[in-house]
Amino acid sequence: MSGMMDVRSTTATGPTSAPPPKAAPAQVGQSLLRVDDLRVWFPITEGLIFERHIGDVRAVDGIDFEIRRGETLGLVGESGCGKSTTGRAIVRLYKPTTGSITFDGVDLAPLEGAALRRMRARMQMIFQDPYASLNPRMNVAGIVGEPLDIHSVGTKAERNERVRDLLATVGLNPDFAVRYPHEFSGGQRQRIGVARALALNPDLIVADEPISALDVSIQAQIINLLQRLQGEFGLTYLFIAHDLSVVRHISDRIAVMYLGRIVEVAPSRELNREPVHPYTVALLSAIPIPDPVVESRRRRIILKGDVPSPAAPPPGCRFHTRCWLRDRLGDPERCSTEEPVLRTMATGHDVACHFAEEVAGSAEQVQAVGRGAPTAPPAGSVSPSLGPDGTPRRDLGALPATPPVPPSAPPSVPSPGV
Amino acid sequence: MATKAATPATVRVPVESRASRGLWRDALVRLRRNRPALVGLACIAIFVFVAFFAPWLAQYDPNKGGLGKTFEPPSAAHWAGLDKLGRDELTRVMYGARISLVVGVVSVTVGLTIGGLVGAIAGGVGGRIDTILMRITDVFLAIPGILLAIGIVAWLGQGLVQIMIAVAVANAPIFARILRGSLLSLREAEFVTAARSVGASRTRLLLRHMLPNALTALIVAATLALATAIIDVAGLGFLGLGPPDPRTAEWGTMLTDSTEALRRAPWLIFAPGIAIVISAIGFNLLGDGLRESLDPRLKR
Repeated sequence: MSGMMDVRSTTATGPTSAPPPKAAPAQVGQSLLRVDDLRVWFPITEGLIFERHIGDVRAVDGIDFEIRRGETLGLVGESGCGKSTTGRAIVRLYKPTTGSITFDGVDLAPLEGAALRRMRARMQMIFQDPYASLNPRMNVAGIVGEPLDIHSVGTKAERNERVRDLLATVGLNPDFAVRYPHEFSGGQRQRIGVARALALNPDLIVADEPISALDVSIQAQIINLLQRLQGEFGLTYLFIAHDLSVVRHISDRIAVMYLGRIVEVAPSRELNREPVHPYTVALLSAIPIPDPVVESRRRRIILKGDVPSPAAPPPGCRFHTRCWLRDRLGDPERCSTEEPVLRTMATGHDVACHFAEEVAGSAEQVQAVGRGAPTAPPAGSVSPSLGPDGTPRRDLGALPATPPVPPSAPPSVPSPGV
Repeated sequence: MATKAATPATVRVPVESRASRGLWRDALVRLRRNRPALVGLACIAIFVFVAFFAPWLAQYDPNKGGLGKTFEPPSAAHWAGLDKLGRDELTRVMYGARISLVVGVVSVTVGLTIGGLVGAIAGGVGGRIDTILMRITDVFLAIPGILLAIGIVAWLGQGLVQIMIAVAVANAPIFARILRGSLLSLREAEFVTAARSVGASRTRLLLRHMLPNALTALIVAATLALATAIIDVAGLGFLGLGPPDPRTAEWGTMLTDSTEALRRAPWLIFAPGIAIVISAIGFNLLGDGLRESLDPRLKR
């Protein structure tokens, strides 16, 4: 799996040991989608007859990002952080409260009616639940052909031919066109969903957790299918998922969301090698590493408490109520008073944390990514050698000199009698 | 899980030769395996058959009697006996089936049309219109069906058409509620969202995506409503609000007549009673069977 992703990212970012270049990777094109200060708030109302507006759920609360033509941007975060809302706002299933969504030079936010319908043909969505996202009363030809029908593409015969082509493209038998969704398995249904998304030759596909509802064995098939299609049709993906381990294999860049805001954006490889937001570090520490020795020495960062309500986000940094770094730094006041803006660090990361520099090289970061410190190792220790695929080998020598104390070992307490 | 590691992922699974079938056809297959539903269907078949062919099936004239033969007990010639005017009770039950069938079907159809329209507008448009329509519906739902029907017949006067209107009005709010409810849940369904994201218009969403999926609940409700309609019609007749012409053979009216002579001729109560029960149970069984076979949750 890691080899699959490296094909692209090695050419894009150069040698691993050197600091990544700040410039955009070479082969991706110009901006296709720009999101500026996007906010999607859902009103909370009260009252049976006269509805009073008593607050807002700030599902998405001021985010900016950009997707370049031909690239895959992964959007991760735990459930409720607003990642799906972001995706749905981009295809304009929700109307943005404020902000702009510039798609190929056109601001989608104020569009309505026919103009919006025209733009919708250029961006399609793949949904999470392959059981719920296909109309059970329509056959596959009807489902996959519907976008063509709505946008009056070709004659009926041409549309049928196109549906058969699309089914073949996603690895289904074209003769399945006459069948109904309930006659397919979850993976096959998701392929039907992909075929529908491809029907109009879109520029952008928003994939909203497209594999979360599938069996693990099927997940890889769909990921591979999406990657193959990207190569074939030059697609641009916004890939939404709650699982960082999935996203990092398909994405060129990853944006991490927490409680309606983006906390970190970086090229996939950099994010996995050197996460600089405490939240990203915590997310990465939850992904098991396929090396029993390293894995046994790692310690997961368990975030304290629950995600605060998006209707009343905490002041200052939204993550400060659960932040391990803030604890370690002795509760700096800045965290709870001043909202960190997304800033670009020297390493090329965009991060929204006042103390992101403190994360670099910390034991937590090193353990979360399961490898040696990214800076020059101390003299005498074994330097992290590179594996055949260009990634640093996760070997023992790369671990910090002092292994963490096993939790079972009792602390040495002087006996009271002495 | 026959495809183990030995077969590469590209191997195409052989396509089955059986024809594909939609959910409707699928439901029909399941209905055929549902024994209670078949019993219900048989009851309905008998009911409809008798209603259609009453003049040919019956040996006697429903309105011809003889005062010398009043309250004659069941015999080989008159299976259900003779009523207070010496008319053949079985013949009258057969003719009564026609009234029940016509009134039931017409009133449910009218109720379904009105209720369906109201429900579709409320669930499809939403917002303020939805609130207004549903509050009106609530008012009708608050009054028990038979009471509402009595009130309407009392208001409009006795007559078959009035009975139809009364039963239709009693049923319409139920249909409106059901359709609006399923449309509302379908509006948030992911396949509707998917169609919306593609650029489908509101009309298309409603007609192509939401209504076909909301129909099953309505079909079940309509079948069950036929049973209640038959009972409502009989109930109105029993309460003396049946067809104004006393000669008309109507089950509810016949039931009232037989209770008046319960001591002298107790057998008279059976024929109309059994007729009502068979037809009502028939529609109930079929409705339940339809619910089971149409419910997409049982099969995905």
